[in-house]
Amino acid sequence: MSDSQTVVPTSSHDDVHSPALLHHFATEEQQKDASNLGMWIFLATEVMFFGGLFCAYLIYRRWYFGDFAAASASITVWLGALNTAVLICSSLTVVLAIWAAQTSQRALLLLMLALTMLFGLAFLGIKGIEYKQKFDEHHVPGATFSFDHEEIPSQPGHYANPQHAQIFFALYFIMTGLHALHMIVGLGIFSWLFWMAWKGRFTPEYHTPLEIGGLYWHFVDIVWIYLFPLLYLIDRHS
Amino acid sequence: MHDHAKSPLKTYFAVWGALLLGTFLTYRVAFIDLGVFNPVVALVIATTKALLVALFFMHLINASERLLKLVVASTIFFLLILLTLTLTDYVSRPWTIAS
Repeated sequence: MSDSQTVVPTSSHDDVHSPALLHHFATEEQQKDASNLGMWIFLATEVMFFGGLFCAYLIYRRWYFGDFAAASASITVWLGALNTAVLICSSLTVVLAIWAAQTSQRALLLLMLALTMLFGLAFLGIKGIEYKQKFDEHHVPGATFSFDHEEIPSQPGHYANPQHAQIFFALYFIMTGLHALHMIVGLGIFSWLFWMAWKGRFTPEYHTPLEIGGLYWHFVDIVWIYLFPLLYLIDRHS
Repeated sequence: MHDHAKSPLKTYFAVWGALLLGTFLTYRVAFIDLGVFNPVVALVIATTKALLVALFFMHLINASERLLKLVVASTIFFLLILLTLTLTDYVSRPWTIAS
């Protein structure tokens, strides 16, 4: 049918309510639930986005298990483990930041947001060290890729097929790279949250942006919780 | 929504400790030969950690809105469709690519 024209009232409200409450919501609770729901729907699309990559990983891992194990063994495992711990600590500082906002502790809120960003930067730094090792070893897919005479862990005397190993590294770089991109976006969001907190925008009644930003941060943490064992710990015991 | 009477801090630190313990366990178990159960144990620990984050840090345990529960449930449902239907195809093919 024909497009309906919505007339947006330009006059401001005279009602007595929180300045954070937008005019198209009945209550602050409803507004918060709507924001929350919107974020979870976005996270649903993110799950499917990463899910496709996990699916591709599972198919190739099944086909080229030995080659994947050999390629996985070339990654410095403790860097990945350390990064897992760093992200878990950052998730703790996020919930502590929200708690600080709920209990009107501005200094603690700013400290926790700063610590979250610090952990985020530490994660990217450690990731950078790991990537540098892969570049130095010519394990980056492309013209200079090389993975010759790398033994398959469970089959001594058998060498990994470099082309199959290259598929592992392609998935490794796409999945960790996409995850790192999400971390960079998260750092941007948290810089903005820090700025808002600095200006004193968050109160025990209104701190929805902190909760929404927190949901995003925790989601990125969950992706890493799966990436770590799947990429770093294939057949390590052999 | 938020219970100001009792502090959630205890829960937050307990979950944080459990997540670090889970990470340490995954790391150590990966170097022990459990045969086919190595990836199973790794995924069970990862899923436990993911659940801890989702339930306590993302506050799903307090979720009261039915629409939100529906979104979360359908997310998991569609992810499982993606993974299981695709993998049942690949796993059940009579031919395999020679590696």
